[in-house]
Formats: sequence, structure tokens, C-alpha cells
Amino acid sequence: MQSLREIAARFTARAPAVDYWTLRLVDEEHERLAVRQGVAEPSALSLSSGAMLTLVAGGGLGYAATSDLSPGGLATAAGRALESARLHARLGLFDGHLYPRSSARVEYQTPVTSPWRGLSLADKLGLLAAACAALEIDERIVDSAAWLGYRRVDQLLVTADGGELAQRFEYLSPGLVAVANQGSQTQTRQGGGADWAGQGGLERLALVGFREDARRVAEEAIALLDAPECPTGTMDLVLTPSQMVLQIHESIGHPLELDRILGDERNYAGTSFVTPEMFGRYQYGSPLLNVTFDPGVPGELASYAADDEGTPAERAYLIRDGILERPLGGRLSQARSGLPGVANARACAWDRPPIDRMANINLEPGTGSISDLIAQVERGVLMDTNRSWSIDDSRNKFQFGCELGRLIVDGELRGLVRNPGYRGISAEFWRGLAAVGGPPSAEVRGVLNCGKGEPNQSVYVGHSSPPCLFRGVAVFGGGE
Amino acid sequence: MKQDDFFALASDLSAGLHGDEVLLCQLEGEDSDMVRLNHGRIRQAGSVRQRGLGLTLISAGRQVEGGCDLSGDTADDRARARDLLARLRERLPHVPEDPYLNISREPSRSERVTEGELPPADEALGTLTAASEGLDLVGIWASGSLVTGLASSLGHRHWHESQSFNLDFSCHQDRDKAVKVSLGGHTWDPEVLRQRLEAVRRDLAVMARPARTIPPGRYRAYLAPAAVGEIMDLLAWGGFGLKDHRTAQTPLLKLARGERRLDPRVALAEEQGRGLMPGFTAEGFLLPERVSLVNGGTWQGCLADARSAAEYDAAVNAAGEQPESLTMAAGDLSTETIIERLGTGLYVGNLWYLNYSDRNECRITGMTRFGTFWVEDGERVAPVNVMRFDDSLYHLLGDRLEAITRERELILSADTYGGRSSASALLPGVLVSGIELAL
Repeated sequence: MQSLREIAARFTARAPAVDYWTLRLVDEEHERLAVRQGVAEPSALSLSSGAMLTLVAGGGLGYAATSDLSPGGLATAAGRALESARLHARLGLFDGHLYPRSSARVEYQTPVTSPWRGLSLADKLGLLAAACAALEIDERIVDSAAWLGYRRVDQLLVTADGGELAQRFEYLSPGLVAVANQGSQTQTRQGGGADWAGQGGLERLALVGFREDARRVAEEAIALLDAPECPTGTMDLVLTPSQMVLQIHESIGHPLELDRILGDERNYAGTSFVTPEMFGRYQYGSPLLNVTFDPGVPGELASYAADDEGTPAERAYLIRDGILERPLGGRLSQARSGLPGVANARACAWDRPPIDRMANINLEPGTGSISDLIAQVERGVLMDTNRSWSIDDSRNKFQFGCELGRLIVDGELRGLVRNPGYRGISAEFWRGLAAVGGPPSAEVRGVLNCGKGEPNQSVYVGHSSPPCLFRGVAVFGGGE
Repeated sequence: MKQDDFFALASDLSAGLHGDEVLLCQLEGEDSDMVRLNHGRIRQAGSVRQRGLGLTLISAGRQVEGGCDLSGDTADDRARARDLLARLRERLPHVPEDPYLNISREPSRSERVTEGELPPADEALGTLTAASEGLDLVGIWASGSLVTGLASSLGHRHWHESQSFNLDFSCHQDRDKAVKVSLGGHTWDPEVLRQRLEAVRRDLAVMARPARTIPPGRYRAYLAPAAVGEIMDLLAWGGFGLKDHRTAQTPLLKLARGERRLDPRVALAEEQGRGLMPGFTAEGFLLPERVSLVNGGTWQGCLADARSAAEYDAAVNAAGEQPESLTMAAGDLSTETIIERLGTGLYVGNLWYLNYSDRNECRITGMTRFGTFWVEDGERVAPVNVMRFDDSLYHLLGDRLEAITRERELILSADTYGGRSSASALLPGVLVSGIELAL
């Protein structure tokens, strides 16, 4: 971070004479290790550093990204940003002065108790080799892998108004996968944290059960080969947190993004069935539905102190007691729309400008355990771990598939079913929310590949949720 | 970064190697203007200058990979690259020997530089906004140069450079009722844009009619090349790679095993000779002009990258195991007669957000999106409210395939994740006797 501060100081000393500017410096390190079928894949170490300059000049707003962090390089980038600001001033959608000014001074650092570098490369590979070997329990396991991903991001945002926002993020993304095959039937099961990444260090391995999970993963992959197809019909549905992540993400998070509501994403990620007049009155779901933007959850993927426009981040309700309260929009989108929002203007890296993104979007717990939810079901299916996702560009008609299902009959879990899927319409689905698990049943998870934006950006997003029960859902299985 | 500078950097690094070390250096760079629009005005205007260096260090049967950004300053870049190399050298003794290490030991050279005729961004955007006056236009202009380089201590020297643009936009009648246009290439021609916008205005006139809501069921349909492109993009996810086939994960497993067939007119190939993508791999292998994947409706072969080729004792024929220059053979349906042949049914301009419902059956789901109309008696009569399909490719390109268009479209990828894509697909449209709509 010190080197970033030195670069920022040099730039600030000779900052361009414009109405407003921000300089966002990013220094990243990624490492990925994997063992597949007992063979270590080439270890990959990736370093990245660069800057995004944002200028407001003459009523226009311009951006320029560069990997040349020398004074000359940043000056050249400033010149390009100024050209873009002039173009925006001539043909822009809004006055560049709407871009939010920030004088905030904040610091954030991911809490880490077991640093990534505390374990040698050889020991990490040894850990992965052992986990991978533990997956190979049967000749029907035709592919297996164990991996560890690490990412460190140092980001310093400085502004013309004296703002200085320094944040260090560290992420761990472990995982296991077993692929089982028998004839023309192939089933895949993941675990060991594969859909459970978070901020932190190697201490997360214990949280996600990385060392112990291999046998369960492999056994379930094999068991699914001979399991009956998931039944087809309208029935009750219990979703575990590993699938709730996706359900929240696609049918609450995306439709509430203010830039979609403003139309920015209509050519790519899509629009939204949510319209501005719905806020404050629309019944999004049953009264059990409470959803927050919460940047302060320890270990969650998108915990941070401030967004990339320089707005300090605070927890806020998006949906309370089923009623839609506010969208996910940063201060620029708030100014464009006249709607309230949150601090969620985020960029995926130094080479992209911030746009409205999900951050930590959490479904607040209710009461009881997952057994209590199951006990309320006369006939239904429990589904676990997302494997397929598809939703229309207004974020309404969805169809999701899971790796594993279990029948529920008369309040009790029964046998496995394979290829479980369900479909519905967001605007109706959440009104069928009949029960929400309590705090002990909630899991803090997220996704690592939320894609959006032109130019495209992929970001990490956190979702915390307990298991939930939905009534009257269209469920189906595999086959033609 | 210029070719000579990159090769000089690689030579500098190679000169400092120890013992039996081998070094492969890859470069990915772009100088791009990226301007996004909404409501026919500029939402974000910006530019990106970036150069990423990739290094693979090999010694005693071990290999480690690394990457870093370069600044463009020669001295600074050498320092960054040497630091990265030093870190890789520290890691090398701690990784095991790699049985699937596979690089070309034959030094080879190639150079392809495609100059473009591109206007400055402000000129192109001025033309676009003027020509689209009155339209609710949203999308992105991306233009500039892309470079890919490879150099090694064994003597490889490869360079692929092009200048191109991609104008990807949609014009909206009301909410999700819209028509999409993708223009791209090496030469910008404002007249082509004007012609496309005239067609957009004609389509929007139909879009303005009251939308038809159709119930779930099986419908006769025409899938335009962009819609076929969405299906092929999904199929690329695990469909064609050698590893996916040998581990039984491909959604085309039954096709590959001869348990299912596609229509005999279906032929798919990876046409690396198209020249939009580099003709070499990161390991120094030269790519064949063409790899046949499906022919006569039956499986022909896989895409094998260097690692899979070593693991499964095959020849390297791809840089990665997903197609990036796919082609589908043309048929005999004339574009002028598509609506007439469709008769009554769905004209699907684009599909969206596809995924697998059941990979074992190559059953896929997704949504209709831009430019989708209800056709009655050979005439487009109304837009259609979005519908979800859920159907097997073994039907859509199998027993329910009626015709393939004679004309094909070269679709240039508008993807910009991590950088502007050079991928493309040459695809026809298809007429099917039925597609299952589920929601």
C-alpha cells in the first residue's frame, strides 16, 4: 500500500486542472493451485497493477485506464480521460458534475488469522494431493480435482477533494469436485468450499470443511448415478443455502440494480421488471422476506468500507417484511434517478470504471432449523448446490438446476433424486416463501463470477442465507 | 507494445536463464476506446491501455506459470519481468514433475498484422448518434488494436496484431421489446451502419404492435444466426474439448458414442485458418487450418490443447478446448424465403442466458430476447413476450431440423471480459418444426 501512496502523492502534486478527479490505484496478486486426478496442474501466479483515472471537466465525465504508473504514464492517461470527458460533454447522457465527490478517508483490511504464505507451496500441493486422492474412491469416479485459489487486492482511491480510501482484501477459494460416470449417465458433485469462497486466509479451510469433505462429495456423485429422476409437478421446495445464494442473486440482486432500472444494461445484462414507482410499496415477497445490503459481515466476499466512487458503505434494508424499500445504486445512479441507494458502485479491476453491482446481499434469518422447514412439507423436494442458472433479461422468468435433490414425504427426508430443477417467476416466487431458517442455519457464501457491464466486468458478490421453504413450485427432473 | 520490444524483452529474459531452464513468454495487449451508450447518448466514455506478460518457466520436467502487467516503459518492463521470473524460479523446485508438460520444441515463427481503417471514437460516436436520432439506443463502441505475442528461449517468435472495432447495440421500442445490431470488423463504413439502422426502424415498426403472449407448448420456429450463436456458445462450454470427452462430461456424450445423431446436414468445425485469432498456442504449437467436430450429423473429433494432448496421447489442435472460430455448414434455405417457409410460428432473432437442463441429454434452456416475432401465414404480425424454451439439441438439430439457411453471418464476439475478444463464429439460421417452450 505504501508504494501506491507514493504514486498517488506524485500524481496529486501535479494533478490536472479539472473540475474533479479521482485516481484509483490497484495492485493485485492471484495464485491458483490444483491437483487433478493425482497430478498437480501448473501453479499459476498472477500479478496486476494499474490505475483508473476519472475526470470531470467542462460538464463531461471521462475515464482512462493504464498500466503505466509513472508520472508520465499517468499524465498521458489524464490526457486521454480529458478527451473522453470532452466527448461526454458533447454527447453525454447526463451532466458530468453529477459524478459524486468524495473527501472520505477510510481504511479497511480483511481480517486474516492464518496467512496464505504461512503454508509453503509444497505443503499446499500436498494438501491438495491428499484431498484429490480421497475423492477417488471408486472406478466410476472418472474425474476429480482439488484446488486452492488466493487473491489479494490492495486498492487506494484518492480524490481531488482530499479523499483517501485504502482497502486491502484477501480472499480464499478452495474446492473439490468429483465426476462419476456409468454408461451415458454422468453426475458431478462439488464441495470443500467450491461454492463457499470468502474473505480471509487459510483459516477458512476449516470453516468449509475442506479436509473432511472429499468422501461425502465422491459418495454423493456415485449415488446420484443410480438415483431416480427428480419428480415433475407442482410441490413444495426446500432450498439449502448453497442454492439460496443463486436464487437471491438472480431474482433479487440483479433486478434491484439501479443501472438496470435506468436502462444502462439493456443491451447486455438486461433490464428489470422493477420500476421506480415500486419502491416503498411493492410486495416483493411474503412478510418473511427481509433482504439487506450489508458490507460489514466478517468474511463475506463483498465486505468493504467504501465503494469505488468513494462513498462509505453502510447496512441498509432493500426489502423489509416483504415490501421493496430501495434499489442497489451508487451515488451517481442515485443522482440520475432521484432514488435512494447504497454504496455499491464497484469496478472489477483497475481497467474498468465503477458501475452498480451487488455487494453483500443477504437474506435475513427467521427462526428454526432446516429440520423444522422439512417438517412442514407433506410432499416436496430439497435441492442443494446450484449447477444451472438461467433467467430472462427482466429477471423474472427463471429456471435453475441443482446437483442433488432429496424427496420429502410427510415431513421427512427420503431418498436422493438426480437432475433436480425448478422454474418460476420472480414476481410470484418470493410470495410463496413459507419459512426461513434461523440464524444457526444461515451460511455466509457468495459467487465469484457475477458478470455484467459494457465493457464486461466480473466481480465477487456475497450472499448470506438460511435454508428456505417455498410453496407451490414447478419442479422437474432430467431426461429429454 | 511493439513486436521488436516484446521480442527484445523475451531475449533479455532468456539470456539470464539458468542450466536447462526453458522460458515461454506470452504477450496480450490492447489499446482500446470503450464508449457505452444509453438512450442514444454517451453513458461512459473511456479508454484502456494494457499489456499483460505471461511467463512459463520449465526445468527438469517441472513447470510454473506467472503473469504481470507491463507499463510500456522498456526499463520498467524489464525490471517487472525479471522480478516475476525470479519469483517463478523460487517456486519451481517446490512443484512436482509434470507428466503432461507439453511444449513445442521446434522453434517456429509467424507474423500476421491486420491494419484497420478506424475513425477516432468521437467521429464514430458522432456518426452513430446522428444516424440513430429518435431511437432509444443502448450499447457499446469498442475499437483499437489488439496484440498477441509468443517468444521463447527455444527460438519461437510469433506475433498477431489487428485493428478492429465492435459496435454492439440494441434499439428499444418499450422495455424489453428491442432489436439488436452487431457490427464489427477491421474497416468502419458509416453506410453499412445507416443500412442497418434503416432495417432496425422497419423492425421496430412491427415491435410497436401489441405484443403476443403465447402459452407454453411446442412451436414451429426459425432461429436466426445470432440465436444459433447463443446455442453454440453454450455448447462450447464442455462440448468439444478432449478432456470433457475422455471424462464423460461433454453434453455431446451420446453423440460421441454413437447413441444419438444429429441431422445429416449438420456440420461443425473450428476454422482457425480464418485468421482472426492467433494461429499459435501459448506452448508454441502451430494450429491446423481446420478441425472437423461434427460432420454428417455424427461426431468427428475433439479440440485438444497441449495439456490434454499429452494426457490422452493426441495431437495438439487448439490453443484452448473451446471453439473460438466455429463454423456451421450452410444449407439451402434462401434468406428471402425464411418467413414464407416458417408459415406460422416464432421468428427468434436472439436467444439469451442459455444453460443446461440435463447435460446427459444435451437438454438446454434459455430465453427468447431481441428481435423475436410471431409469424402468421408468412408474415411477421407482432412481437412476442419473452418465453423460456427447454429442449434437447438432439431434437433442434436432429429430428426437428427442417432447413439450414444458405447465407451465413460472421458473428464477431463483443465480449470484453479481461479484454476485447477476437473470437468469431460463421453461422447460418435454422428452421425447426418444433421448439418446446416451458414458461
